[in-house]
Amino acid sequence: MSSVIRASKGARRPDFFRAILVIAAIAIPIIAALMIYEIANGSTGSIQFFGFKFLIGTDWNPNPPEGQPSLGALPSVYGSIVTTTIALLFAVPVSLGVAVFQSEISPGRLRPPSIFLVEMLAAVPSVVYGLWGLAVLVPFMRDFVDPQLKSTFAYLPFFKGPTNGLGMLTAGVILAIMIIPYGSSVMREVITAVPRSQREACIALGATDWETVKTAVLPFARTGIVAAIILALGRAIGETMAVTMVIGNVARISPSLFLPAETIPSVIANEFTEVADNGIYLSALFELGLILFAITLFMNLVGRVIISKLTFRVSGEGIA
Amino acid sequence: MKELLSFEARRRFGNHLYLVLATACFLVALVPLISILYQTILLGAAAINIGFFSQVTPPIGGSGGGILNALEGSLIMVGLACSVGIPIGVLGGAYLSEYPGRISYYVRLISEVLTGVPSIVTGIFVYELIVVTQHRFSAFSGGVALGFMMIPIVAISTNESLKLVSSSIREGGLALGISRAKTLLYILLSSARSGVITGIALAVARVMGETAPLLFTALGSQFMMTSLNDPAASLTLLIFDFGTSAYDNAHVLAWGAALVLLLIVLGLNIVVRAASRLKVKGNE
Repeated sequence: MSSVIRASKGARRPDFFRAILVIAAIAIPIIAALMIYEIANGSTGSIQFFGFKFLIGTDWNPNPPEGQPSLGALPSVYGSIVTTTIALLFAVPVSLGVAVFQSEISPGRLRPPSIFLVEMLAAVPSVVYGLWGLAVLVPFMRDFVDPQLKSTFAYLPFFKGPTNGLGMLTAGVILAIMIIPYGSSVMREVITAVPRSQREACIALGATDWETVKTAVLPFARTGIVAAIILALGRAIGETMAVTMVIGNVARISPSLFLPAETIPSVIANEFTEVADNGIYLSALFELGLILFAITLFMNLVGRVIISKLTFRVSGEGIA
Repeated sequence: MKELLSFEARRRFGNHLYLVLATACFLVALVPLISILYQTILLGAAAINIGFFSQVTPPIGGSGGGILNALEGSLIMVGLACSVGIPIGVLGGAYLSEYPGRISYYVRLISEVLTGVPSIVTGIFVYELIVVTQHRFSAFSGGVALGFMMIPIVAISTNESLKLVSSSIREGGLALGISRAKTLLYILLSSARSGVITGIALAVARVMGETAPLLFTALGSQFMMTSLNDPAASLTLLIFDFGTSAYDNAHVLAWGAALVLLLIVLGLNIVVRAASRLKVKGNE
């Protein structure tokens, strides 16, 4: 390869072909830079007006009867943290189970269909999850799960208050369902890439399947699994539509998981078109977008760099 | 426990537990898929009649109506997205595999990071970039927002498929004195064709189901589109607006639209995945 490139560099004629490819390739970082610029630009009003207080403010009062709007990001940041934590609590073990099932347990003939089914789960649009959540998951939580939790764990502050099904717990569960296919596909890639010799060495010592997975496969894939969790977390924080439809959308910080709340993306989705001429309000929503952007950029960068630095090859296909 | 079970028995038990738990995880993960398909087919099929495909959406709370304008908006905006996303994505992806190096490494990394940017962030970005400067919500801005989402996805999949073409084919073309451009267009892309098309189709399916980038760009509409400068309806916006409203007729339309959307999105996924798997088998 490299010799071919060197030969082409020697050509005298201006390389139009290469120029076109370069323009297309450079368009990608330009879009990324433009994205950062435009969103930062939209947030400047809010950053200047509220300053650091925006990040720790607990009020969300865009249109007070008199005086200036008082807006703080804390309720939505809190909602995002709680819902993603719930989502990871469910999604990490199940994703790992799915990944191990697909790569280690399922017989060769069942593997492609099992991967296909999980891919279908990943392909369902977010808004359809939301519609299904309203029709199926919300009543299910309201009628079965929430009352059960309330009576079993009455002494915990997490399970108090009215249970109408809309709230942080339901949002966390739907997020878990939505990131399981993504998390499990990255984990499967990483686990499949563990060298065969690792497994064979372990089996040769007389280990059972479980002992092989526990002592030879998972420790080898540990870094990649952590990266998968970080990437799944980035997905969960940015997930908008399904969460917006089932979380109830109230700016509130409460330990109770039954109560309606909001997340960073749900606030933007709900309120962006209701801003009218309130410039500071619009700018505050941009600043929420900026926070979300920064968090997800960081998560993705860390996750991707870890995966690309893994000592063994992961194709990266299907992770997009 | 130690007295009850021998060491060997505990090992066997642990192994069975592991097999059962991992299999259970897989089955549990499939429950929502089955429930979503069941619910959508059941409720969506009830919505479908002739008027469903020939009428525009009623005002929220109104009766009857169909999804014609939403279907139109979705198809036109996805078409627009393709005209932005496919050329830039395929050529950018070709650069990544034809000229590997420092620039390619970073462009690839940025593409991967961009695919993880929440789609609502793309929405407010395009709002600021186009809607604010043009002073109107439009199908054009919605299509561009979806196109921006497609670019990195298509670039990555094109890069991956071109990487799989054996370098002897590439060198063979160059050795015949064919220019790099023609080698790429006629030899490499044609060998990698099925992979590139699969990537494009999956990207189309992905943006077809997107709602968040359209909320502040296409905005939604009850009418047929007369120009790309009009606000536009889409299947996903319809599902969101009608699904969260309090009216039965709106819910019926939302489920009908969800069925149509799922048929398109899952259909595309099934067709290209089945085709690419057959291809892989044929090559073996």
